[in-house]
Amino acid sequence: MNIDLYERIWMWAAAAIIALFVAVIGLSTVAYGLHPPSHVETIEPSKVFTDPRFTPLGQPITLPDGTLEVRIVALMFAFAPNEVRVPAGRPIRFRMTSVDVTHGFMIAGTNANTMLMPGYISQFTTVFPRAGDYLLVCHEFCGNGHHVMSGRIIVEDTK
Amino acid sequence: MTVTAAGRTTGAGSFARLAVANIGVAVAAFGVASAMAIMQALSRANLDLPFRSAGLYYMSVTAHGTLMALVFTTFFIMGFGYVVAGHSLGAALAMRRTAWLSFWIAAAGTVATVAVILAGKATVLYTFYPPLKAHPLFYIGLTLVVVGSWGWALVMLRALSVWRRANAGRMIPLSMYGYAATIIVWLLATIGVAAEMLLQLIPWSLGWSPTIDPVLARMLFWWFGHPLVYFWLLPAYVVWYGLLPAAAGGKLFSEPLGRLVFAMFVLLSTPVGFHHQFMDPGVSSSWKLFHTFNTLLILYPSFVTAFTIIASLEIAGRMRGGQGMFGWIRRLPWGDPLVSSVILSMVLFAIGGWGGAINASFGMNAVIHNTSWVPGHFHTTVGSASALTFMGTCYLVVPNLLGRRLELAPMARVQPWLWFLGMLLFSIPTHLTGLMGLPRRVFDPSYGDHPTAVSWRWLTDVSAVGGIVLFASALFFVLVMLFTLFGPRVPPAPLEFSQPLEDPGPKGAYLDRLGLLTAAAVLLVAAAYGYPIWQHLQLARFGSPGFSPF
Repeated sequence: MNIDLYERIWMWAAAAIIALFVAVIGLSTVAYGLHPPSHVETIEPSKVFTDPRFTPLGQPITLPDGTLEVRIVALMFAFAPNEVRVPAGRPIRFRMTSVDVTHGFMIAGTNANTMLMPGYISQFTTVFPRAGDYLLVCHEFCGNGHHVMSGRIIVEDTK
Repeated sequence: MTVTAAGRTTGAGSFARLAVANIGVAVAAFGVASAMAIMQALSRANLDLPFRSAGLYYMSVTAHGTLMALVFTTFFIMGFGYVVAGHSLGAALAMRRTAWLSFWIAAAGTVATVAVILAGKATVLYTFYPPLKAHPLFYIGLTLVVVGSWGWALVMLRALSVWRRANAGRMIPLSMYGYAATIIVWLLATIGVAAEMLLQLIPWSLGWSPTIDPVLARMLFWWFGHPLVYFWLLPAYVVWYGLLPAAAGGKLFSEPLGRLVFAMFVLLSTPVGFHHQFMDPGVSSSWKLFHTFNTLLILYPSFVTAFTIIASLEIAGRMRGGQGMFGWIRRLPWGDPLVSSVILSMVLFAIGGWGGAINASFGMNAVIHNTSWVPGHFHTTVGSASALTFMGTCYLVVPNLLGRRLELAPMARVQPWLWFLGMLLFSIPTHLTGLMGLPRRVFDPSYGDHPTAVSWRWLTDVSAVGGIVLFASALFFVLVMLFTLFGPRVPPAPLEFSQPLEDPGPKGAYLDRLGLLTAAAVLLVAAAYGYPIWQHLQLARFGSPGFSPF
């Protein structure tokens, strides 16, 4: 195909930009293990509160590798519990699910973000570098009380 | 066949009434949806207006999303499709009865859906994620809209195949080629939502099956939901390639590349949906990665489009006497509302396109997923590249179809600029509040005056001002359409499609093998969705009953 010179330059530049995007994401996946977040584990939504995987709620549990695990359950229109205290600078593993509709979990101003869906367990590990009073919000429409579904993550200095 | 739009017997004439009916529903849906939008913008600014309530807010978000994203777009695309088929193929319409039946099925579905939404029985938003459960008529109505669109697709494809048989050896006119691509994307996409509706949502909402798997429903929804974006975009590209260069007084810079662009969308539009589910449990990491790469590749045809269209505009500006590096810009016919609409929609789309690359990158997606960044993003894409282009197209096409003069022309000239200004004021702060963590779709963003929530307050106020300007613009558009409907009859000017700068000859003819292209696209979809869905069905899954907390 006979393509105009400037257009050919542009097309190569566009291809190079996209190749760069793909390379950055591909390399960070392979070299640094930065995979898309994912966790595949199911749970019966009507039995969450009696399931040992969800007791105790909110109280950090120390795992063998030193990570703290925090378990939270979402329901219309609250997080159980809606206030969690964790230390700064230490890996925190959040394990969560929903007992009714689909909810969301987002700690405002951070990348701690996941969907909470009935029948499935969401899990991710994060570190809070700075102490502070973080706003926790539900970010998936869950009914007429959606906007009141919020909480706080209090990150405390360990020093 | 020579085509004058006034002629009742020529090709275009036989499509005209159908086109008017479809575009009429689109404009009406747009008007109602705009009224919903202004209320939402003011509510998020926390203004205490009379009648303000959470129930009304979430109902209106559902109505706005459904009417704008599913009704306005689909009906406009169907109506304009008839215009393109009629003019570019120059053939009389076969299957006229099927075309009308399809229109009435889709229109009846729209009425049923809107009625249950306004009755407050379907506040599930336009994404209708279960286990939020709406009245069964909501799902049945939307299914009828899709069924109607399938009938339209059949009529369009049939018109194309008749033309190809009569014109062996000729290449498909570029505008019609773009529409064929639109239709293939749509047919592939709607398999997902049809499966979700027929196998999951409708039986469950009628009480025939007690529970539903919400992750499977989201997989099927986004199988449909992302190519839906290209179903909105490709007809806009048909306008950019097919009508804009002619309207601006120039030529299309490079026709074969336009064909390549549409072909790439056929291949890549669908196997990308998991980038909407990066933050979902129950979907494996490696399939999310595969969809990430496909999503990044689909930036490419839009990059190519940017060059071709701007080069075509430069040709137009220079043919009109423009000199120097940028002098041609001033010489463009800015007073033509189609030209100004499209150029402004392209500027807004540049913002939306880069935002899209951010959304596709899962590391950054974690910061903005489900925040107000997302509506900020899609108002600069579907709300600008598509909606503003469609409005501009109406100014050209509707008077032509009706055989009437465009009334309130000064308002039509101002309207695209108002939209542009309103959209900047609305979408930039909306992007920013998203970065700060404000969720999308919340009635009240104050969160007990937590310091974080206080910090985004001024930005939601700016967004509300943008919403008011956008509403004024929408009102201008609807008024122009309404007055034109009853305006004085004039002999319509012929609708001009762009001529290529150089005769492409047989270049790009291999892209006309639509069957082969479709087969390749089907294979990609099967790879991207077949295995993950099969894998998902192997899980020990627990269904969920329905909830209607509205």
